[in-house]
Amino acid sequence: MTSPLEQKKIRITGPSMVTANRTWDGVVIYRTARNDWSADLSDAAIVRTSDEARALLTESVADDVGAIGAYIAPVEVRDGGAIKGGNLREHIRSEGVTIELPVSA
Amino acid sequence: MYAYDELDRTIINERVEEFRDQVKRRLSGELTEDEFKMLRLQNGVYLQLHAYMFRVAIPYGTLSSKQLRALAHVGRKYDRGYGHFTTRQNIQFNWIKLAELPDALADLAEVGIHAMQTSGNNTRNVTSDQWAGVAPGEVEDPRIWSELLRQYTTLHPEFSFLPRKFKFAITASDHDRAAIKVHDIGLRLYKNAAGETGFEVLVGGGLGRTPFIGKTIKPFVHGHDLLSYVEAILRVYNQYGRRDNIYKARIKILVHELGIEKFAKEVEEEWLQMRDSALAIDDSVIEDIRSRFTYPAYQKLPHMPDELKKAAHDPHFEAWRKNSTFPHKAPGYAIVVLSLKPVGGPPGDATADQMDAIADLADKYSFGEIRVGHEQNLALPHVARRDLPALWKALDKIGVATPNVNLVSDIIACPGLDYCSLANARSIPIAQELTQRFANHETANMIGRLHINISGCINACGHHHVGHIGILGVEKNGEEFYQITIGGRADEKAEVGTLIGPAVPYGEVADVIEDIVEAYLALRARPDELFVDSVKRLGVEPFKERVYATR
Repeated sequence: MTSPLEQKKIRITGPSMVTANRTWDGVVIYRTARNDWSADLSDAAIVRTSDEARALLTESVADDVGAIGAYIAPVEVRDGGAIKGGNLREHIRSEGVTIELPVSA
Repeated sequence: MYAYDELDRTIINERVEEFRDQVKRRLSGELTEDEFKMLRLQNGVYLQLHAYMFRVAIPYGTLSSKQLRALAHVGRKYDRGYGHFTTRQNIQFNWIKLAELPDALADLAEVGIHAMQTSGNNTRNVTSDQWAGVAPGEVEDPRIWSELLRQYTTLHPEFSFLPRKFKFAITASDHDRAAIKVHDIGLRLYKNAAGETGFEVLVGGGLGRTPFIGKTIKPFVHGHDLLSYVEAILRVYNQYGRRDNIYKARIKILVHELGIEKFAKEVEEEWLQMRDSALAIDDSVIEDIRSRFTYPAYQKLPHMPDELKKAAHDPHFEAWRKNSTFPHKAPGYAIVVLSLKPVGGPPGDATADQMDAIADLADKYSFGEIRVGHEQNLALPHVARRDLPALWKALDKIGVATPNVNLVSDIIACPGLDYCSLANARSIPIAQELTQRFANHETANMIGRLHINISGCINACGHHHVGHIGILGVEKNGEEFYQITIGGRADEKAEVGTLIGPAVPYGEVADVIEDIVEAYLALRARPDELFVDSVKRLGVEPFKERVYATR
């Protein structure tokens, strides 16, 4: 789980997405196929080649006002099309912390 | 408590309005993220996994009850109802919205709290002994000098863009509770043979990717010369510190590569040019700062009041008193440590409700003052011993009276992969599991003083290198693994721990730690030989054999 902040080369080996944080409040967001952002992982545009990933990231980074720190991350596409984070970091970002918060939401 | 003057208040308030304008320009698109990033970092605002994280400074770990209530208010109004006390006497809020940050800063500014220089390549929050001013045997209150450094380093134009971050720590006691040997500059206050106040100056300590124990660069610097000497060090670092490689940019690398003698020579040459400049500190400056610290009017109280004798029959109270209260310089008073390490809880977290309740108890029992330690616990520094039974009941009610201070479940841990964008592995669930394994107080007492420190990555915010047992999260093929070190310590005998062998998977960490502790219990020379002393005597081999024999 190398930090995506250190991501330099774009080389994907499986289904991937572009994710970032929303500028005004920091909420985790995903780039959609409609060229906008969604806080719902199931809306994420899925790319399967490095060229597609590069194009999606380029388009995402161009939105410097709406999003911060866009990067490519792996996803797991399950039978039936459900999308889950492709590693523990993305799982935690989409599902929340793995611990009980001191104050219930 | 230190009372800010008009200049301090003006600086803080102007900074809030400056940042409000910067945030507004960022949200409108006038500033790009590249342009804004440094500005937000210099105001303590990071981007983490789920949200922005907001780090607030608690200079030298001293808080008033009013300030703690303001932190509770920020947690409740702008965050999710809690905060996380860090290993450098700061507090962090994990769910802050950028758009609301200026309002949060304005609310904190009303009570003299800010987030300036809690991040960025500048001088960070000056830390000190959390028992400063109340510890028996202390030479003098180190916060006087901490405050001098705070004023000197805040917004210092020459040192706002250093090669990398820069951290000071000061102690004035024989027992170092401020971990000065693992700071960029560590200062040990003492009086020389002539009775003059001065400092042993250590330089080049630090943890992270490349841990070093600080080296003494000058055995005695007179208090009058503190700022000029520190400035000489900063100037040499600013000139020669590496800016081409973030991993080699800290002063510890420069000191290591130049060697302490050559580095000291460079500093000495620089210092001699400025020693008698405006940086020479007049006694009146120190006295002015000293006069702005207020101290309680202690009463003459008995050491063993009736209330304490009566409560001694309650074993739960006695367990807490023996573990969590400490001698005070004033007869009849005690320092009370509030454990933020409940069994199964995240280390260092406090809810807004707890913070409010602690503030009320500080008003009632501790002259309105609270301290924050780098071990991620709080303290009430001026409690009359007659009040201990009543205070214990109140602390127990809000969940901060777990009698585990300095014991195996008093774990220091960074936020790890649950929150942090740099982390490779989780820290908090490991800590939670360990506190459950060692929840039995009698067993923990029998084990004795044992510090476990956990970091979720090599940046070492959990100070794993100097834990008696250090746990470092790493990533192997997408899985969480943990390296274990033993024999580290952060006090006056500071040492970096030794790796015992290959990293172990997430699910085995607690078993491994139990194996190490069991090995210690079998190997210690006598019941009062501390874990860290057993490791020093025996080396890591017996522990390594125990851990890896069956793995």
